[in-house]
Amino acid sequence: MLYREAGQFKSTYAADQAIFPLRQDRIGLFAILGLAFIAVPLLADDFILDAIAIPFLILALATIGLNILTGYAGQLSLGTGGFMGAGAYACYKLTTSFPEANIILLILLSGVFSAAIGIVFGLPSLRIKGLYLAVTTLAAQFFLEWCFIRIGWLYNYNVSGAIDSPERNTIGGLVLTGPNASSVTRYIVVLAIVALITLLAKNLVRGRIGRSWMMIRDMDIAAELMGVRPLIAKLSAFAVSSYICGVAGAMFVFFYLGSVEPAAFSITLSFQILFMVIVGGLGSLIGCYFGAAFIWILPIFLRNGLPMIGIDIGAENVVHLTSMIVGVLIILFLIWEPHGLARLWQIGKEKLRVWPFPYA
Amino acid sequence: MTRATGEIMLDVHNVSLRFGGVKAVTDISFDIRKGEIRAIIGPNGAGKTSMLNVINGVYHPQQGTITFKGRVRKAMQPHQAAKSGIARTFQNVALFKGMSTLDNIMSGRFLKMHRNFFWQLIHLGPARQEEIAHRRKVEEIIDFLEIQHVRKVPVGKLPYGLQKRVELGRALAMEPELLLLDEPMAGMNLEEKEDMSRFILDVNHEFGTTIALIEHDMGVVMDLSDRVVVLDYGRKIADGTPDEVKSNQNVIDAYLGVAHQEKSR
Repeated sequence: MLYREAGQFKSTYAADQAIFPLRQDRIGLFAILGLAFIAVPLLADDFILDAIAIPFLILALATIGLNILTGYAGQLSLGTGGFMGAGAYACYKLTTSFPEANIILLILLSGVFSAAIGIVFGLPSLRIKGLYLAVTTLAAQFFLEWCFIRIGWLYNYNVSGAIDSPERNTIGGLVLTGPNASSVTRYIVVLAIVALITLLAKNLVRGRIGRSWMMIRDMDIAAELMGVRPLIAKLSAFAVSSYICGVAGAMFVFFYLGSVEPAAFSITLSFQILFMVIVGGLGSLIGCYFGAAFIWILPIFLRNGLPMIGIDIGAENVVHLTSMIVGVLIILFLIWEPHGLARLWQIGKEKLRVWPFPYA
Repeated sequence: MTRATGEIMLDVHNVSLRFGGVKAVTDISFDIRKGEIRAIIGPNGAGKTSMLNVINGVYHPQQGTITFKGRVRKAMQPHQAAKSGIARTFQNVALFKGMSTLDNIMSGRFLKMHRNFFWQLIHLGPARQEEIAHRRKVEEIIDFLEIQHVRKVPVGKLPYGLQKRVELGRALAMEPELLLLDEPMAGMNLEEKEDMSRFILDVNHEFGTTIALIEHDMGVVMDLSDRVVVLDYGRKIADGTPDEVKSNQNVIDAYLGVAHQEKSR
């Protein structure tokens, strides 16, 4: 009823090609941005920010990174955890080498290192496809994890073998990282970076480069015959994907965990991100947020929500039970809608547009 | 209606292509003149599609040369063939299934777009203007092929006949000098065939595009093409105007079969 495009005439191609051609969508976007930038910092407590909002945003960003590679360019990867770790360790080395430099710039810069590593491990994709490529990226995952444990230089030879985020300020004196940084500050910074990178990623996928990725994904021979060079298309997808994963990994350490052991960037994280991509929807940016919310927030909600509505299952069982519930939900959900939450969202919007009629 | 008097655009000279012991194409020579519609016909397995794949660089022949626009090329990659002005449609529709009609045809503009990565990132100014300028060209093609109503529909949902049309549009978006059509009318009903024939003729007349066409429907071939080359078992058995080819004894034998069996080896 409210969600109609009636009366909204587009008279230019620019208007037709806007990210949100419908006025209602634009209003919705601004509402969400307003909520995220203003309402959440004002209303949410530290638990919500630290345990839900910040990791959700960071994981959503990593999901965008993997989705660009797997959903848009069609290259299956299990190395996400490793690439995130590469970004995290690069950022750690950078900020300990240049303590004076702005930490936000360093985080954005550290993605460049993981992008370089991503390009190297993307080289097999020129010959190998599908599941076999997943196996070669698995090699990247294990190799990088090995580096994080064995190469002392990466963690400045400290005894614990972990990296922790040192205290860093902005020019204004605001504490951004380290134990003294407030949750709200970290949340705002993470949100700003994630929102910015999402916008840039959207710009990429709707332009020439994004189309070349999708061409390679959908029909590589036809793509080649139309002038796309598989080498450049695949490696650029690996580079952009690893860059975003690297930035997410750096933020994972500096804005969320604070201190990290190599095990944090294990294959489990890779799989978690991959599930977020699949549940959210391959080849959709909004799906990345849905997927990250489904995999990250739902378990927390179940853990805290079940006791709240009077079902007391005991602290020792709650972790197992939530894993079981989430597992069952994923299976049911993928049977019901294999194209992910993004497709459901799209179907819902289309239905709403013609409501109350079944079709236009 | 022979307009095959233009200069030679593509010259295939003594080309042989083998896959291991299988001879797909043996010692074939023919040429395509600028502005003509050149049909390649022959029974199934005659090497027609292999021939197209040789022309646009998917396969590299073991022997022979291919001269395109006066330049001899050896072991050309498909993307280089695309750059030199050769576009192609496929026997089995090879559209980008996950993309809309509009995006599929936009993807044909890939080589014409030049804004670099960083302009693409911000998608303002030059990158945006480029996108819009190419959208305008694509809309012209959409108008020409009369597929306005499916502009935003994912191509996987389109009926077969429309998919073939979108694929032609995608090839046209490349503004090719030589357009290779691999069975553009396979599996179509009479009406769809007539539409497609009209589009092919219009492309040839209005844009002056040179067309090489593989087709099994003899009526279509004889009506559309200026010259026909006939392949059988990877060899060329006839070459000439439709009328010449129609009365050629080798061609009749190849299509109808001959009494003695030696022919078939």
